Amino acid sequence: MSPKNNLSDTILETKALTMHFGGLMALNSVSLKIQRLSITALIGPNGAGKTTLFNCLTGLYKPSGGQIIFNKSSRESLHLNGRAPYCVSRLGLARTFQNIRLFNNLTVLENVLIGGHCRLKSGLWGALFRGRKTKKEEKDILEYSHSLLKNYGLAREAGSLAKNLPYGAQRRLEIIRALAAGPSILLLDEPAAGLNLAETKELEEIIEKVRDLEKLTIILIEHDMSLVMSISHQIHVLDYGRLIASGPPEAIRCDPQVIRAYLGAAAS
Amino acid sequence: MNLFVELCFSGLTKGSIYALIALGYTMVYGIIALINFAHGEIYMIGAFTALIFSLILSSWGFSGLGLIFSVMVIAGLYAAMYGYTTEKIAYKPLRSSPRLSPLISAIGLSIFLQNYVLLAQTSNDILFPDLIGQLDFLGFLEPIAHLATPTQICIVITCAVTMAVLSFIIKKTKMGLAMRAVAQNPDMARLSGVNIDRVISGTFILGSVLAALGGLLIGCSMQQINSNIGFLAGLKAFTAAVLGGIGSIPGAVLGALILGFAENFTAGYLASDYEDVVAFILLTAILIIRPEGILGQPISRKV
Amino acid sequence: MPQISSKTSKPVLRALFSALWLAFLALPILVFRVNSISGIIEYQWSRLPKLLAAGFLASLLWNYFQKRHLLKQESPKAGSSSAGPPITWADRFLARTDRYRWLSLLGFGLMVLPFFCSPYAVKILTTALIYITLGLGLNIVVGVSGLLHLGYAAFFAVGAYVYGLLNYYFGWGFWVCLPLGTLSAALAGLLLGLPVIRLTGDYLAIVTLGFGEIVRLLLTNSSLTMGPRGIGNIPPPGFFGLDLNEKFRPFLVEHLALNPYMDLNKIWIYLIILLIVVLTTIAALRLENSRLGRAWLALREDETACQSVGISPSQAKLTALTLGSSFAGLAGVVFAAQITFIAPSSFSFMDSIYILTIVVLGGMGSISGVIAGAAVISCLPEFLREAEEYRFLIFGALMVLMMVYRPQGLIRSVRSVCSRS
Repeated sequence: MSPKNNLSDTILETKALTMHFGGLMALNSVSLKIQRLSITALIGPNGAGKTTLFNCLTGLYKPSGGQIIFNKSSRESLHLNGRAPYCVSRLGLARTFQNIRLFNNLTVLENVLIGGHCRLKSGLWGALFRGRKTKKEEKDILEYSHSLLKNYGLAREAGSLAKNLPYGAQRRLEIIRALAAGPSILLLDEPAAGLNLAETKELEEIIEKVRDLEKLTIILIEHDMSLVMSISHQIHVLDYGRLIASGPPEAIRCDPQVIRAYLGAAAS
Repeated sequence: MNLFVELCFSGLTKGSIYALIALGYTMVYGIIALINFAHGEIYMIGAFTALIFSLILSSWGFSGLGLIFSVMVIAGLYAAMYGYTTEKIAYKPLRSSPRLSPLISAIGLSIFLQNYVLLAQTSNDILFPDLIGQLDFLGFLEPIAHLATPTQICIVITCAVTMAVLSFIIKKTKMGLAMRAVAQNPDMARLSGVNIDRVISGTFILGSVLAALGGLLIGCSMQQINSNIGFLAGLKAFTAAVLGGIGSIPGAVLGALILGFAENFTAGYLASDYEDVVAFILLTAILIIRPEGILGQPISRKV
Repeated sequence: MPQISSKTSKPVLRALFSALWLAFLALPILVFRVNSISGIIEYQWSRLPKLLAAGFLASLLWNYFQKRHLLKQESPKAGSSSAGPPITWADRFLARTDRYRWLSLLGFGLMVLPFFCSPYAVKILTTALIYITLGLGLNIVVGVSGLLHLGYAAFFAVGAYVYGLLNYYFGWGFWVCLPLGTLSAALAGLLLGLPVIRLTGDYLAIVTLGFGEIVRLLLTNSSLTMGPRGIGNIPPPGFFGLDLNEKFRPFLVEHLALNPYMDLNKIWIYLIILLIVVLTTIAALRLENSRLGRAWLALREDETACQSVGISPSQAKLTALTLGSSFAGLAGVVFAAQITFIAPSSFSFMDSIYILTIVVLGGMGSISGVIAGAAVISCLPEFLREAEEYRFLIFGALMVLMMVYRPQGLIRSVRSVCSRS
């Protein structure tokens, strides 16, 4: 898990990002940088604002202040503030949800096909007349979806309904669906929540596989410290909406601020 | 000027009755987030029951206030039973289904009830005796009868009293507390020992009683009813509930009054043909401009 | 529901109690009847025993099915995690390699059928085909995209009135009006869609209902559309400027010994709508397995998740509403040509419900289901003449029962992507 050579390049940056709901400060001037092709973890006690940060990044919430800058490539830099969620995902930010949100009554394969929505172009006419271009597009996305399912071990379940999958497989399917969009950043919101030890181990392998196969940046929110410590390059710690520490796992592990946030003031 | 005052009073009357029905929509929506399409039919059944029992009881020699109160009680009771039973049949089995299912079930129920009354009774208009207007002691209101009839004044007063009672129930009783708790967070309420089924039944019963009262009053005021009145009235009451902010009880009353006035002024000053269109235009407009309604809370999505 | 399972030990007693409850409930409405003319109550006590018996039976059946339904839900379907959705006969048929042969045989049979039928039967068949088109259109909106649309008849009206009015005022023919009617309905769908794209589920249902009523009220109150009297004398579609009955009937009657009273114009309309049904079915099938169709399905399932994969919900809603409405417009033009007289009363809320029943009964999202549903709903009253007045009573009950016991409809929607790959 050696960091890639161009790790120094920043892909996503927030500048003084602030979000408040009424009087509640969910995010208080959070500024952080995410490096290209890295695995970054966001940790913090419950209610620290991690999911809120994700929701701001993916456009579900409109930040009350601050900026989100997405460097799509080293030349192309975009502001994400105020963009609709679907625009953000089209730009290349794909996410999963804390409480799994699959398309329950559709098959596993269809879930992945829908994930590939923004890779395709055909519209109404394409659908109705099914020209050569559309046919090829459909064939490609079908092959691609099958290969994704095969790579991440859900090929046998392709035809079953998403809601009938066991819990661990649903988590995995959500990741595959996000991957199908071909994102440059993958945001995982507590991917290990509710998984047992063996499943968590499997998840870790999957995340590593994603990093190796898909060449993308991963940001994850996670409470499972052993998972976080073993796979991430960089960790950001949030507490009460503030960024209290950033750094590599080794540094975070012994940061006094972090320990205080997790264990309370008495521990310090 | 007389026309204006007259329109104001009839608008107030109409608005009050819409408010009675709208409250049922808003309470049910607040608790199980379902538009109870069949609510208008409960109101219609309330009106029919009131008519039938007023005819039966008056043939037994009842009259005056005694007649009104016994009819009110019986109609309320029957509507409550209808509300309770329909919830058990058409909504309870669907509580964990996709959102579309209870909605379709509600429409089915509404059509069923409407045709059930139509087939069992008649499709024609039936005369409804003006029970309130027959009260002798209201004679002192005669001098202003050209502006507002005694019936109209009684309706407005009855509605105001009913709403006061309702807000007492919701704010001060244990049942009201449970209802508010379920509206806030059903899962948490269940964990705290609230019997959700009972709260939902209670809400349907309460809403149905109000609707039946509305049915009785509209009968007295229009002096004729038929099996179709539930559909349009239900729709307008729903509009009122959305206008004021669905889930909000003062909102429903406010919305209903606005709608009542708007309709009457359109009918009085523009064209009576378009009286019914007003409600829909208002509805569409409010949904575009301020979907959460006048007094509603902005809808926040939990992700 | 623990309440039910604990009491099922005494189902008969329970049913007895329910019957008494229902009888008591129905007492004032069913037994005490107001005579609308004299305003006197008529007591119909003879209805009471029937009511009790029916209530008892219904309650027994209800409990039985409820129990079975719960058992089915609770017991995890054996191996359901690895097996796909259940395969229906429709699915099995579509998987046959010789399906095109059978389908073309069926198509040919349907093409020659009207020549051997009474004019009345042709009328019923045409109506059934019109309802199939309507059902397929509404299925896109309700079944596939999950947008409860309660004013669908309004778009049907747009199609019908475009033909009726353009013909009345300018004398334009069927073939010009067919695309115009379709386009106008699509435009109306777009127009309705623009303000409501921000709304979800329940609100959308109410606004579409309101829209349907506004259209009907405008048609009723406007002098341009002849108000409630409607437009009459709408001509049948032309056939290269020839009078069909004059030119071809003698030949057919003489050489093929067909019914001399048949109306070739009506048969021509039948053939047109048959072709339209074939085309719309193909279109619906193709849409279902396209990028657009999948976006609609995603919208139905979860709007937030749908945004997270890059689908614009507003765009998906707009396309669904526009396309669904265009189907109705198409059907409307043919409808006007078929019945030759249109009035606002043909496009009421109940007609929207009629179409919705087709979709719900057939199976939301299932194309074969919608076709079956339309056939059943539009032909059933012909077999059960006396059931005519009970039609909507039955529809209402059917909707509730379908939602409680068989929300997937007669023919479950087949997720065909998986069966083919």
